[in-house]
Amino acid sequence: MNLPLIVSRRIAIGVLTVLVVSLLVFAGTELLPGDVAQAILGPDATPESIANIRDRLGLNQAAYIRYIHWFGNLLQGDMGTSLVSNREVSVLIAERSSNTFLLAGVTALIAVPLSVLLGLIAATKPNGRVDKIISIVTLTLISIPDFLVAVILVSIFSVYLGWLPALSTIRSDSGFFELARMLVLPVTALSFTIIAHMARMTRTAVLNELSSPAIEMAILKGVPKSRILLLHALSNAIAPIVNVIALNLAYLISGVVVIEMLFNLNGLGKLLVGAVITRDIPLVQGCAMLFSAVYVLLNLFADTVSIVANPRIRHPK
Amino acid sequence: MRINQSKSGPFWSLMQNLTPTAIICLSILIALIVLSIMAPWVSPYQPTKILTNESYQLISDSMLLGGDYLGRDMVSRLIYGLKITLGLTFAVTVLAFLIGCLLGFLAAVLGGKIDMLISRVIDALIALPAIMIALIVIASLGSSLPVLIITLALIDSTRVFRVARALAMNIVVSDFVEAARIRGEGIKWIMWREVMPNTLGPLAAEFGIRFTYTILFISALGFLGLGMQPPYADLGSLIRENMQGLLFGSYAPLYPALVISLITITINIFVDWYLQQRDTALSSEF
Amino acid sequence: MNSDSTILQVQDLCVDVVDRHDKTLEIVSDISFSVAAGQVISLIGESGSGKTTIALAMMGYTRPGCKIQKGKIVLQGEDLLNLDLSQIESKRGSDIAYIAQSAAAAFNRALTIGSQVTEIAVIKGLMTRQQAEQRAMSLYKQLGLPNSETIGKLYPHQVSGGQLQRLMAAMAMMCHPKLLIMDEPTTALDVTTQIEVLQAFKYLIHEQNVAAIYVSHDLSVVAQMADDVLVLKDGRMVELNTIQNILDNPREEYTQKLMEAVPQLQLNGITHQSHVVDKNKPTREVSEKSSLNCIVEKKQDNEELLTVSNITAAYRSNSKTVLNNVSLKVNRGETVGVIGESGSGKTTLGRVISGLMPPSQGKIELKGSVLNKDYRKRSRDDLKQIQFVFQMAETALNPRHRIRQILGRPLDFYLGLKGKKAEERIYELLNLVELPADFIDRFPRELSGGQLQRINFARALAAEPKVIICDEITSALDTLVSKAIIELLINIKKHLGVAYIFISHDLSTVARLADSIVVMRNGEIVDFNTTEQILKPPYHEYTKLLLNSIPKLRTGWLEEIRR
Repeated sequence: MNLPLIVSRRIAIGVLTVLVVSLLVFAGTELLPGDVAQAILGPDATPESIANIRDRLGLNQAAYIRYIHWFGNLLQGDMGTSLVSNREVSVLIAERSSNTFLLAGVTALIAVPLSVLLGLIAATKPNGRVDKIISIVTLTLISIPDFLVAVILVSIFSVYLGWLPALSTIRSDSGFFELARMLVLPVTALSFTIIAHMARMTRTAVLNELSSPAIEMAILKGVPKSRILLLHALSNAIAPIVNVIALNLAYLISGVVVIEMLFNLNGLGKLLVGAVITRDIPLVQGCAMLFSAVYVLLNLFADTVSIVANPRIRHPK
Repeated sequence: MRINQSKSGPFWSLMQNLTPTAIICLSILIALIVLSIMAPWVSPYQPTKILTNESYQLISDSMLLGGDYLGRDMVSRLIYGLKITLGLTFAVTVLAFLIGCLLGFLAAVLGGKIDMLISRVIDALIALPAIMIALIVIASLGSSLPVLIITLALIDSTRVFRVARALAMNIVVSDFVEAARIRGEGIKWIMWREVMPNTLGPLAAEFGIRFTYTILFISALGFLGLGMQPPYADLGSLIRENMQGLLFGSYAPLYPALVISLITITINIFVDWYLQQRDTALSSEF
Repeated sequence: MNSDSTILQVQDLCVDVVDRHDKTLEIVSDISFSVAAGQVISLIGESGSGKTTIALAMMGYTRPGCKIQKGKIVLQGEDLLNLDLSQIESKRGSDIAYIAQSAAAAFNRALTIGSQVTEIAVIKGLMTRQQAEQRAMSLYKQLGLPNSETIGKLYPHQVSGGQLQRLMAAMAMMCHPKLLIMDEPTTALDVTTQIEVLQAFKYLIHEQNVAAIYVSHDLSVVAQMADDVLVLKDGRMVELNTIQNILDNPREEYTQKLMEAVPQLQLNGITHQSHVVDKNKPTREVSEKSSLNCIVEKKQDNEELLTVSNITAAYRSNSKTVLNNVSLKVNRGETVGVIGESGSGKTTLGRVISGLMPPSQGKIELKGSVLNKDYRKRSRDDLKQIQFVFQMAETALNPRHRIRQILGRPLDFYLGLKGKKAEERIYELLNLVELPADFIDRFPRELSGGQLQRINFARALAAEPKVIICDEITSALDTLVSKAIIELLINIKKHLGVAYIFISHDLSTVARLADSIVVMRNGEIVDFNTTEQILKPPYHEYTKLLLNSIPKLRTGWLEEIRR
């Protein structure tokens, strides 16, 4: 099995997954009650105009035909029109996505290096004092609901101390410092849980590696401990660690929704929740596909790194 | 030398190794469970009974943890909230495990195309953010108890599937499973008599871990207003209704949060201890 | 080169292990010996004898949970146990070097071979990178490795097992160590590869005048490598003497037992001895009341039982042919030994016969009727007739099942025996494999490797098969234990007339047991005859190679071999 073949196989699986996701999303939104036509025209609409709209929107066609139309449009970048605001879904999403990516991106940038570092430090001397402290702190953090962390942070830093704003209403003309001030609390709230999870998993992955016979051999050769950790162990632990990171970044995607709600941040999560509440089906579908696509991409990336990091595949016999 | 002379089964030898921390955690958990079952007898008042016109009453003799935003006793609200949260979470996790393990074992034992098919569908389900699925379903079908339980169980079962399948795959390749196959054993025997008994250990740990995730998720839903509707309140909803209390200097919203954290922390510590025991076990079990 | 200069002196070494109940157990007690430059001392014993623990202790290292309780390990005048960790670490790799049992596990699979070989020399500042690489290449040449210029750039998975073992030797010798510790370095290798590796080791030891410790369980290999021998049992010294004295005149009973366990084939060269009778133990009689059904009239042999014709098989993913036009016949009550090195296809043949791996061509007939190539399509009765015994007994038994269930299931499944009747039969089976009756309620983890293999075997017998395929069943066992298992098989064969297909890489073991032998190489059968004929001249070329590669239990044999 050579490298390009394996990677393309993974990509194919990813594409397949996205396809299945689209089916699920479409079927799921079919569940939403409420007549779309009625919702657009309002309660005073006459039966004829409703029938008219239904015809125009193609709502009378069979489900699978509508699905094909929808998916076809999707592939061309056309996500339909929002039923509520009558604007293009893709435009709505584009506007909000920068905020969400900003939030998620900054969180990831801070959380990933920090957790890997913490995990490594903890694994260096298992059951030592530092390890125990890290373990207790991370254990506590993963046990607290993340919205609670946000609430506590807000109560301390906004209500009590008044240093930072409780809400993050980002506008397109917000300056850099204002942006930073508004992001501190949401990013911190998100980071806590993610760092806790990633640090623990990194520690486990590294400890796992440290118990292998190759590491014992390195010890018996007299290789200093730092080199064992950073070269011998890490070179094999890359794959599991990358997997851990991808898993948690995926968790980040869900976590973003709650945080955006709490801080009133105008991002994709808030958009999605609003869309569900108002039964804005095209918008729901668009957001759902985007979230899932990002998730699948992350996993694909993690998979590929695992494969590439394995010398058996890079250099076949 | 790998000979372990203990005549007892694996469970009792485990119990012999309880550390003080593990015992404390176990006791707390058992106490909470008992408390929630005994709610009608233990709770000072009915959870819906309004005792005073003032909101966020301070701690007094009649209300040991103070009052909530409507003037109801926090302790009673907490106990009943605990009951709902624990009951809901337990139901969801058990159901998720039943579904997830069944599918996971099937996929591992049957392998090939069936495994591919099931895995792809599960992968797609996991790709959809859990909160989004919950949102859509609840927006469509409301948040009655059966809807909540089934939806959350289905969502969670996908994660359980992954774990169960991974565990089973590990076992399915061992010689004794191959020996069973050559004997002519059918799928039912291999799944339930050969594979499953060897997964019980790790699955028990996973049960604890998933329980904590589910509690946190259910509380998050309650916090967003999507969980149980009034007059019922799970711990998440309790936090939500009393949020304003923070501005008035009341700790009302923090009590349910602390209870949630207590449950999750003790479970996590206990599971940590349990996993450590298995790791250092001298026996060559899976 | 003063060969009397003592490099290492060990005095009263004791090592403890602490289990998770905080109980301390002494696993190594009162070990004392010494080694001079250019001399080799061999630590020999079965598993649990403490030989690896002692070898590792020579570097001041203990496995997690173990602790050196007392003793002195004096390396060139310095007691290692008085040094702190950093001082010991500075000696490892440079003054004391270690060669592990499995090179495949010991090499880091994510780093190139060369980087690992030169690593220590460079980090410790003993050589520059240039010098290190030069020395590495010259060592590769001395060890007979191909492409010495470029082999260092490869990854561990890209070279063969034998090459990897030699690369590990190169790694060990990089910094001119004073003491070399070799922990069963050839156990995982084929006999033909083993010779080259042993010769390479011996050459290096004498050329660089290092003191060496050679750990092994194989007396014949020890006879080639060692000057002195320390026999160990349960962590204690049994006998310490020169190799010649041990061979000629073993003092202790345990040493004598080890000597007796050495298969005939390794003693004087090529003399065939079928059905070796142990002079100390009378053959156990099987009770006449045994109701096991495989008893046949021995007079009726040469009746064909199993016929395997023209099997060609390949793995789906590889499409490389693993078996090519292989045919085999097993008569009632006969034992056919299948011999081959790794890659010969012998295990695959066993899997094909049992139906685990359907061949692309050929057929398998049992008592005249054709068996389905795929085990999933065979009837329960067909499956019953051919039973399979795996190599690793620990993984072949479900750790969650008690012996009662393990043995009871085939009785229920094939013979419909339940309840009291089944229990009686289980007791009979336990008796047959020489295990106590109270084992019936034990779990596999409570039994030793040899006992587990007996259970494995009993499970096969429970089905009352006509043929039992044994796939390397003694390869993972100690010498004494494996000798006992072979004797059990011989006994059962005598009294029950079961036919065996005994697959192994060890010709000496097979020669004891088999009536006829099939020699395989690269997926083909190269020689096939009765055991007596195979072991008598004229030999097939490959058979001769195999026979000549088996180390003999006398010193000087290795030097006689010309490669």
